[in-house]
Amino acid sequence: MFKIKCDIPLLLGLLVLCGGSLVVLWSAGGENTSLMFNQFIRMLVALLVMMVIAQIRPDSWFRWSPTIYTIGLIMLILVLLVGYTGKGAQRWLNLGVIRFQPSELMKIAVPMMIAWVLTRRTLPPSLTNLIYAFLVLLVPAALILIQPDLGTTIMIIMSGVLIIFLAGFSWRSIGIAAFCGSLIAPILFQFLRPYQQTRILTLFDPWSDPLGAGYHSIQSMIAIGSGGVQGKGWNAGSQSKLEFIPERHTDFIFSVFSEEFGFIGVALLFLLYTMITLRGLYIAYYTKDTFSRLLAGSLSMTFFFYVFVNIGMVSGMLPVVGVPLPLISYGGTSMVTLMAGFGILMGIHNHRSLMSR
Amino acid sequence: MEQLELKDYLRETGLIQSRLIILGVILIVLTLVLVGRIWYLQIYSFKRFEVLSKDNRVRIVAVPPVRGQIFDRKGRVVAENIPVFTLEVIPDGVDDLDILLDELSKIIQISPNQIRKFKGLVRARPDFESQVLKLNLSEEEVARFFVNQYRFKGAQVHARSQRNYPYGGELVHVLGYVGRINQQDLERIDQKAYKGTEYIGKLGIEAKYEDHLLGQAGLEHVETNAHGRRVRVLDREPPVSGNDIYLNIDAELQVKAREYLGDRRGSIIAIEPETGDVLAFVSNPIYDPNKFVNGIDYSSYNALRDDINRPLLNRALNGRYAPGSTIKGLVSLAGLESGWSRNAEVVCPGYFKLKGSSHRYRCWRRGGHGSMSMAESIMQSCDVFYYQLANFLGIDKLHDFLSRFGLGERTGIDLIGEPSGLMPSREWKRRVRGNPWYPGETVITGIGQGYSLATPLQLGVMTATLANRGRRIEPRLVDRLAQGSDDVSVDQSGSQIAKINAKSDNVEAIIEAMQAVIEHPRGTARAIGLDAQYSIAGKTGTAQVVAIAQGAKYDESKLSDFHKDHALFVSFAPVDKPKIAVAVIVENGGSGSSAAAPVARKVMDYYLLDIDANAEPIEEQVSEISNDQSDGTGA
Repeated sequence: MFKIKCDIPLLLGLLVLCGGSLVVLWSAGGENTSLMFNQFIRMLVALLVMMVIAQIRPDSWFRWSPTIYTIGLIMLILVLLVGYTGKGAQRWLNLGVIRFQPSELMKIAVPMMIAWVLTRRTLPPSLTNLIYAFLVLLVPAALILIQPDLGTTIMIIMSGVLIIFLAGFSWRSIGIAAFCGSLIAPILFQFLRPYQQTRILTLFDPWSDPLGAGYHSIQSMIAIGSGGVQGKGWNAGSQSKLEFIPERHTDFIFSVFSEEFGFIGVALLFLLYTMITLRGLYIAYYTKDTFSRLLAGSLSMTFFFYVFVNIGMVSGMLPVVGVPLPLISYGGTSMVTLMAGFGILMGIHNHRSLMSR
Repeated sequence: MEQLELKDYLRETGLIQSRLIILGVILIVLTLVLVGRIWYLQIYSFKRFEVLSKDNRVRIVAVPPVRGQIFDRKGRVVAENIPVFTLEVIPDGVDDLDILLDELSKIIQISPNQIRKFKGLVRARPDFESQVLKLNLSEEEVARFFVNQYRFKGAQVHARSQRNYPYGGELVHVLGYVGRINQQDLERIDQKAYKGTEYIGKLGIEAKYEDHLLGQAGLEHVETNAHGRRVRVLDREPPVSGNDIYLNIDAELQVKAREYLGDRRGSIIAIEPETGDVLAFVSNPIYDPNKFVNGIDYSSYNALRDDINRPLLNRALNGRYAPGSTIKGLVSLAGLESGWSRNAEVVCPGYFKLKGSSHRYRCWRRGGHGSMSMAESIMQSCDVFYYQLANFLGIDKLHDFLSRFGLGERTGIDLIGEPSGLMPSREWKRRVRGNPWYPGETVITGIGQGYSLATPLQLGVMTATLANRGRRIEPRLVDRLAQGSDDVSVDQSGSQIAKINAKSDNVEAIIEAMQAVIEHPRGTARAIGLDAQYSIAGKTGTAQVVAIAQGAKYDESKLSDFHKDHALFVSFAPVDKPKIAVAVIVENGGSGSSAAAPVARKVMDYYLLDIDANAEPIEEQVSEISNDQSDGTGA
């Protein structure tokens, strides 16, 4: 008999997060009902996608990996040729009814493909396999970087690096890579767009230009800091209501949240994010096959890196790169991708008994 | 082998599991880093940030640009921006709200209703938000406020620019109006360009030329004090004002033309034939666009929407009427071009029958006109002549020829949402109705009835094209778009879109017959030709609103007002060197000659001679005038 399978602890955590998102959004979006409605519908769609994906066995993902990856790569090239341009970046493909962002598909397809490449031979990987893995990672990353979409590029590289790390990339090589990275970084910096360079530079001293490049960063920090322990109360954050906070219902929604709910709210939010991630790592630990283990580990940890990068950027620790706060920020595409990732995690956990080798 | 694989798997699993544990540790460490960072901001530095937030002094404020103004062809302002002042209070900065309200109401008139609404807002919203106490302060009140400003801590007067239409509703069907940006607008506009701007063109010229009128928003870094009051501007990137527009419309002519229409529903189009300049673009009734600028209240809007006279309908652009007899001149021209002899006569017994059919297509004159030449048929608007001529031409030739005058095609005017009207053809009927074309339909198309539909604007363009001896020009409401402060402007003249291939002596013959409509003692519009100081060519028309059964008689007195025929009249003057072409439609006006033609004559008098018929009323002739329906032609 067919039975709907899902992971109750994960589902509960995600539902609480979605509910919290609607609460913050009411305040951050300026009490806009149609905005709330949009987000609510997207959540339902994303949850539905997750439940459907949760029914799929992980060995199917293994078999489909090369196909999914190839389709994603073709679409990325199409985007550059015939893509739809919005907000200064060429990221969308028009599929008639909906506009689709191929880079979102790649957030899952890239770790999947790298796991596929690496698990075809025994781990730890040989040098040849490593080179393949890096190729699989860097080609789409470069295509997304020139759209330009720095935030997504960083997250995709992150998900790939995580898999390579999990697969047993030796510590000595990690050391060498880190050393090389620190040498290449200044060169890569030259290739960034001027506005991206400014963002990174102001990170080191936002107060040097409080009305220019440092303005958003400073206002966001004032919002967080003035929240104190208890916060200013729901819907009563002066920094957000008086419009000092930029992009307050999307990338900077954490500033609104921490201004209104204070340190107590922030601590609860961190607890929730950490629990969800730990549950993902737990699933990875106890699953039975290597491919699933690598994929589950990468997906859960990437989720956490979203949180880290977003909060790091709005609290003035990291440069502003345009990464939304997962499941809280307003916006649909990234939510569907994240939920699809959790669907895969649930599928891995539900089918673990079938997958013994 | 089996053993080895199992061993590999165990080793692999152990390796990845150990790495997963490392990730778990990294997760905890990074979470602690975040907690530390937030702890530093929210607890360690709380005092500092609290102060910074409380007197967050420097705000970046978008400065909306000033919208471009609109002028008529004589340089009169028809859309402008006026300063309006609002009295606002930030509750946070007030010591005692009741005392403040009391003091304020001593110098500014504030109604109890306004105070109630204001207090409701204060209760519902956070204290640091500015709430409106009174909109639209008079200049006197503003002056009194500023003199006493030091006494009113927490209160301030804001000035902003608001669109105003000095002619009220007179030009609403041309200009449209601006309104507050709503959710649908937000989804399609570039929100960055509209930072700080509250209004967007919703209709008419305001919508069509939105990009030209808008301008560019500026930015200001403003230092405010703890109560949100501006102290000084630190840095400023000034906005760039929108560009002005000069119309071809003559606002005074527009006002007068509508006045000549009185309170009747209808439309008047006046075009300068040679250039395509639209001089007047009237649709009656009108409504006041100024009410829409800040959002019209529901009851007023519903009243407008449900008004039986439909003031919101732009009849000049979107009204579609059967062109009726106004096209008879063109049908005649089509006949001459297709071999119909200029002198061929048709006997009108009062009706026409197709071969092998008993259906009688009746002439408006029941007794018939007797023997008619082409010129006489135009002059007296004999229907039977055109039944015969249309039958001779066939629908294909008729459709092709009339289309070249713009019937059934968009005129290309610079407004959004122009309909194409309808000039029926075999192909159209097969496509839309799924039926073949019947010969009887050709017959009634010949007198502008049946499926044919034209907008007043199309009739105006058609007349201007005839006045131009076949040159069809795109009509234009806008003369030129000014560019910035320099006196550079982009000319918006309409281009020639077609040249009708007709022999010039044929065209002149038709125009001569149309001149007889007004100047001959038996012409249907002879009443308006009396004491005219210039020559006029024209054609009356009547469009049926309800079908009349076979054998029944049209009896105006028995019909409700909304079922009476529409009255039409098209004309141009002077005949030799036309300066103005006028199309008039009076809805349910009865007959073209009595209801529509006198209006056209007054418009021409005003434009050509600067004589205002209403200022010195000339003798009212209407009651004596014969028309298409009555038997008055025997005089």
